[in-house]
Amino acid sequence: MSLGPEASITDETTTPTADAAEERDRGEKAIAGRSLKQIAWRRLKKDKVALAGGIVVIFLIVVAILAPVLTRLWGHPIDEYHVDQIDPTLSTPLGKLGGISRHFLLGVEPTSGRDIFGRILYGAQTSLTVAFLSAFVSTAIGTIFGLAAGFLGGWVDSVISRVMDFLLAFPQLLFAIALVSVLPDTILGLGDRWSRVLVLVGVIGFFGWPYIGRIVRGQTLSLREREFVEASRSLGARSPRILFRELLPNLAAPILVYTTLIIPTNILTEAALSFLGVGIPPPNPSWGGMLSDAVAFYSIDPMYMIIPGGMIFITVLAFNLFGDGLRDALDPKAR
Amino acid sequence: MSENLLEATGVEKHFPITKGLFKRQIGAVRAVDGIDLSIRTGETLGLVGESGSGKSTAGRLFTRILEPTAGTITFEGEDISHKSVTQMRPLRRDVQMIFQDPYSSLNPRHTVGAIISAPLQIQNIPTPNGVKKAVQDLLALVGLNPEHYNRYPHEFSGGQRQRIGIARALALRPKLIIADEPVSALDVSIQAQVVNLMEDLQREFNLTYLFIAHDLSVVRHISDRVAVMYLGKIVEVADRDDLYKNPRHPYTVALMSAVPVPDPVRRDRAQRERVLLTGDVPSPINPPSGCRFRTRCWKAQEICATEEPPLITRLDDPESHLTACHFPVVNDETVAGRRPAATPA
Ligand SMILES: Nc1ncnc2c1ncn2[C@@H]1O[C@H](COP(=O)(O)OP(=O)(O)OP(=O)(O)O)[C@@H](O)[C@H]1O
Ligand code: SF4
Ligand SMILES: [Mg+2]
Repeated sequence: MSLGPEASITDETTTPTADAAEERDRGEKAIAGRSLKQIAWRRLKKDKVALAGGIVVIFLIVVAILAPVLTRLWGHPIDEYHVDQIDPTLSTPLGKLGGISRHFLLGVEPTSGRDIFGRILYGAQTSLTVAFLSAFVSTAIGTIFGLAAGFLGGWVDSVISRVMDFLLAFPQLLFAIALVSVLPDTILGLGDRWSRVLVLVGVIGFFGWPYIGRIVRGQTLSLREREFVEASRSLGARSPRILFRELLPNLAAPILVYTTLIIPTNILTEAALSFLGVGIPPPNPSWGGMLSDAVAFYSIDPMYMIIPGGMIFITVLAFNLFGDGLRDALDPKAR
Repeated sequence: MSENLLEATGVEKHFPITKGLFKRQIGAVRAVDGIDLSIRTGETLGLVGESGSGKSTAGRLFTRILEPTAGTITFEGEDISHKSVTQMRPLRRDVQMIFQDPYSSLNPRHTVGAIISAPLQIQNIPTPNGVKKAVQDLLALVGLNPEHYNRYPHEFSGGQRQRIGIARALALRPKLIIADEPVSALDVSIQAQVVNLMEDLQREFNLTYLFIAHDLSVVRHISDRVAVMYLGKIVEVADRDDLYKNPRHPYTVALMSAVPVPDPVRRDRAQRERVLLTGDVPSPINPPSGCRFRTRCWKAQEICATEEPPLITRLDDPESHLTACHFPVVNDETVAGRRPAATPA
């Protein structure tokens, strides 16, 4: 504080526009503002690791969508047996590296001789569908309840917070196993594959929302105290305006980041459930299911285990790298 | 200059302290504990006090962002103490706020145009020449480049952001502006510019200000009257010159001597006159009995612990000068740490 009692403020020869930054701006031609979105994108483009993760993610999504086409071009139907590719005595694939050849790009399954390439592609379809949809479910529920808890506070917050604690402590895998065994194989007239996908999305999505909910609640609590919210109130803004115009735009970044980071977790959960036999029912392929099948053959046909395992690893890693990069790029502190 | 725009009588704000799942109340933060204060039309009233004395809470009560737990607040003669959010909405046009932190008071996701036009939108104010023109006029008014309306807050300096906050407060052409430490977060060189701007705008739009600050030097230039607050109470209020010449409350004297003086010749004298404000501010949860300043007051006597001093005119002060102290400081008094005025420099 140097506006001492003797320092007359009016003596200072300052024009109202003399702020340093203002002067600097004078010369600039570009008047349009750079939004935080543009800044984040610029930063993300410089982050090579995150960018690589993002490219792998996009590649996987394209592959999953085009699975039927790619399989027709370079593979074989997922439930077509190729016993001619199998050594009849050992029931392992003929040829090196699990039977990798020009016709079977990733080799064949032991015993049945089914094409691993096609099954991996369809497995990607299942994995990504389950992971994305359940992340979407988690985000939707988590955002609504997190916002309600943080914004309304009081007993609403107490109740929602307790429910989140409860769900986070709940043995999700056991519940899923129990649920799958009591539910019918087909629901809503979907085939057995998509029925199970729906159940998995429901279970994984439901148990995942507290992770998003906690983040949103915490962010809302801290944003609520920011002066711009008070400013909006003192202008006479109603609660919906404060929620959707003031708070939500500031929550978009953390929600996006944590949705991206929950996807790899969901992929692992789906793989675990399929591995335990409550995932996608055979003969429909899933990475976790393939891994489970491969356990019996790991010593004589290691490729059969390495391929789905590697796919899970690469996918999870790519999502995590991309998610971390996204978080850094959107971090308002590192401006 | 005489009519009261806003009047507070016995206003209290106690924040409950709750514990456990069922939010059982175990105490209260007595942030504002019975204040009487009036803001006259057209004046600037300075409100000064240390951190935690309840200045911001008082400001929020006057804008009715908070509801008082006791007492009445009237604005233009109308009791607004317990008006609902909906009832308050039309009144929001008349009372606006300027905030302390130029970083948290502007939504980082909105453009300056969106920020400044928000009041017009929320209050459904017609803009005959379009919203953009209205925003640009306001930007020009506070000395910013009108072409910057679609920039984001992070592209501006602290002083410029504070100007944006001022433009937002002005958008509704309010009568009263509560400025909560509007320059505390700014560089010293920029503080004066912002204060000057506020003065210019006051003249142009006949504004009334409640100017909150945590030290007396900041409000000296701009205020017509100054109120000093300590632990939720007003301890002294007087016309500006009167207060700086004849501070009566020991707390005011202490605050005044805590002011650094830029002039080196005067600094020498000021340093010798410094009254140390020792100790911390007691907790507003359990304020001291009687006079709240007694735990830090060098003049405290027995009566100070038992009897709360009323806020009244003391000694031969004019009617406008009120002090809440049993033993007000007289002009040539020897104060602890301050030598008698007669001692040659
Ligand atoms: N919402 C709240 N809930 C509980 N206590 C509060 C709340 N707001 C303020 N307080 C308490 O009330 C007291 C006065 O706070 P206030 O913010 O009004 O002080 P201040 O004079 O503005 O201080 P500063 O100079 O730090 O801004 C403080 O002890 C503070 O902790
Ligand atoms: S009333 Fe007593 S304790 Fe309080 S300020 Fe006056 S002299 Fe000090
Ligand atoms: Mg304050």
